Amino acid sequence: MSLNEDDVRKIAFLARIRVDEARLAPLADELNNIVGWVEQLSEVDTNGIAPMTSAVDIVTPLRKDVVNDGDKVEDILANAPDREGPFFAVPKVVE
Amino acid sequence: MSYLIEGRTGQWEVVVGLEVHAQVISNAKLFSGASTEFGKGPNENVSLVDAAMPGMLPVINEMAIEQAVRTGLGLRAVINRHSVFERKNYFYADLPQGYQISQFLHPIVGEGIVTLDLDGGESRDIGIERLHLEQDAGKSIHDRDPRRTMIDLNRSGVALMEIVSKPDIRTPEEAGAYLRKLRAIVRYLGTCDGNMEEGSMRADVNVSVRPLGETELRTRVEVKNVNSIRFVMQAIEIEAERQVEAWEDGEEIIQETRLFDPNRGETRPMRSKEFAHDYRYFPDPDLLPVRLEEDYIAAIKKTLPELPDDKKARLIKDLGLSPYDASVLVADRETAAYFETAAKGRDAKQVANWLTTNLFGALNKRGVGIDESPVTAEDLGALVGLIEDGTISSKIAKDVFEDMLETGKAPGAIVEEKGLKQITDSGAIEAIVDQVIADNPGQADEVRGGNEKAIGWFVGQVMKASQGKANPGQVNQLLKAKLLG
Repeated sequence: MSLNEDDVRKIAFLARIRVDEARLAPLADELNNIVGWVEQLSEVDTNGIAPMTSAVDIVTPLRKDVVNDGDKVEDILANAPDREGPFFAVPKVVE
Repeated sequence: MSYLIEGRTGQWEVVVGLEVHAQVISNAKLFSGASTEFGKGPNENVSLVDAAMPGMLPVINEMAIEQAVRTGLGLRAVINRHSVFERKNYFYADLPQGYQISQFLHPIVGEGIVTLDLDGGESRDIGIERLHLEQDAGKSIHDRDPRRTMIDLNRSGVALMEIVSKPDIRTPEEAGAYLRKLRAIVRYLGTCDGNMEEGSMRADVNVSVRPLGETELRTRVEVKNVNSIRFVMQAIEIEAERQVEAWEDGEEIIQETRLFDPNRGETRPMRSKEFAHDYRYFPDPDLLPVRLEEDYIAAIKKTLPELPDDKKARLIKDLGLSPYDASVLVADRETAAYFETAAKGRDAKQVANWLTTNLFGALNKRGVGIDESPVTAEDLGALVGLIEDGTISSKIAKDVFEDMLETGKAPGAIVEEKGLKQITDSGAIEAIVDQVIADNPGQADEVRGGNEKAIGWFVGQVMKASQGKANPGQVNQLLKAKLLG
């Protein structure tokens, strides 16, 4: 697998990261290095082995269906760049 | 029931699948301890997890899992003992995480069945593809400020079940019947309140068309967020017709998302670039897979209520109701409960009649639901009981029923107060009959002369003279004996 400049442009767009055109080619090289390095894993024969989703063998902890959080509007909005009363305010999102 | 679109080139079949988002009934959210209560002030039901503050970790609410399993069992579906939460990545102002935690490759519930009740008591099975759990997003408010959008995260993180049907639906009516049935099932189960107006049940509609006889599926279009059953049916009609026209004009249908505009009666494309469907799903590293034990599933199964299909079958088999009446009565849980209370120890068919005709008519007129009925189930049953044991005639019963609606009094009390008891004492009836015959010698001769139809007039006169209280059967018999004897 190899990434070209278009792939990098698209990934950057999806991640909402601005990347100058001049940086696309070097970034593609860097990413290809990383992907290539990880791809070594495919040399391991994993036939018949279930995918591992976690390195620890524990059962998912669950919470009880109890309301014990919320009612902290000021904390929630404290770092908002813009607000209007109890709302977050963001640049207009056109429907 | 077939629904085909007549095109220039021939007949077209419509193929529909529905994705329904059903809000899980729970106290707290899917991954946080914030409340799911409706109608709270903006951002009051928000924890640091729901606002996606850095370092916050989601912890699964066990109730969401239980409700999903319960719903799956109600859909006669496979419960997957291993399921995985994944991240669905996209940017939107009301999605603070930048991804929605959802399930993708390994949903908690697999294939199941919803049986539709169609007109004329017929039924048809629609396949369920899957049910998975996911978070709801926040709410964007666009009309408070010309330059800014307001965000309320109260709904952010509330648990939703996305229930995906197979593309088995062929008509707008079937789509309506599917939604009604699904809503009935989740309401019986108590897993979702099924309220489409408040948005606790929302539907996305996948529509494609194909020439009749073709077996391959053609490209489908997703029509988003259609918020009533009527609109779902309209959206299918309109979108299917648009597609038929496009195919016949030699245009290619592209897989896209469209919005239904009920005011203009059209669907139109959403701006597709910004919504480029590239979600880059991957297992959420903050959450371990969900593993369910067989005995956990079995324990939930034991607590399932009798569901609409089983109840319907029982009403038909044990109480002798028609398939149509049975499906009307089981359509929602409250009606079914009302009926069963009213019918206890009574003639079930007669109770069903009173309920579906008289009571429903009265409730519709008042615009209230059965839970607000001025007549209790016990009283409706008692009214039928009074007819059954001959205390009042069905005609008088209608007046008593009107009185019950007005005053909320028990039928027995009304009959007592107003002296409406049916006269079954043949001596008393005979006296009235004799009087009426004596008062109308002309008409009596007519009957004696062979005009038997005129006897109906006499029945009417006697009933009138008795203020409707004489037993009509007895009146008829007596008149015949006296005039034709």
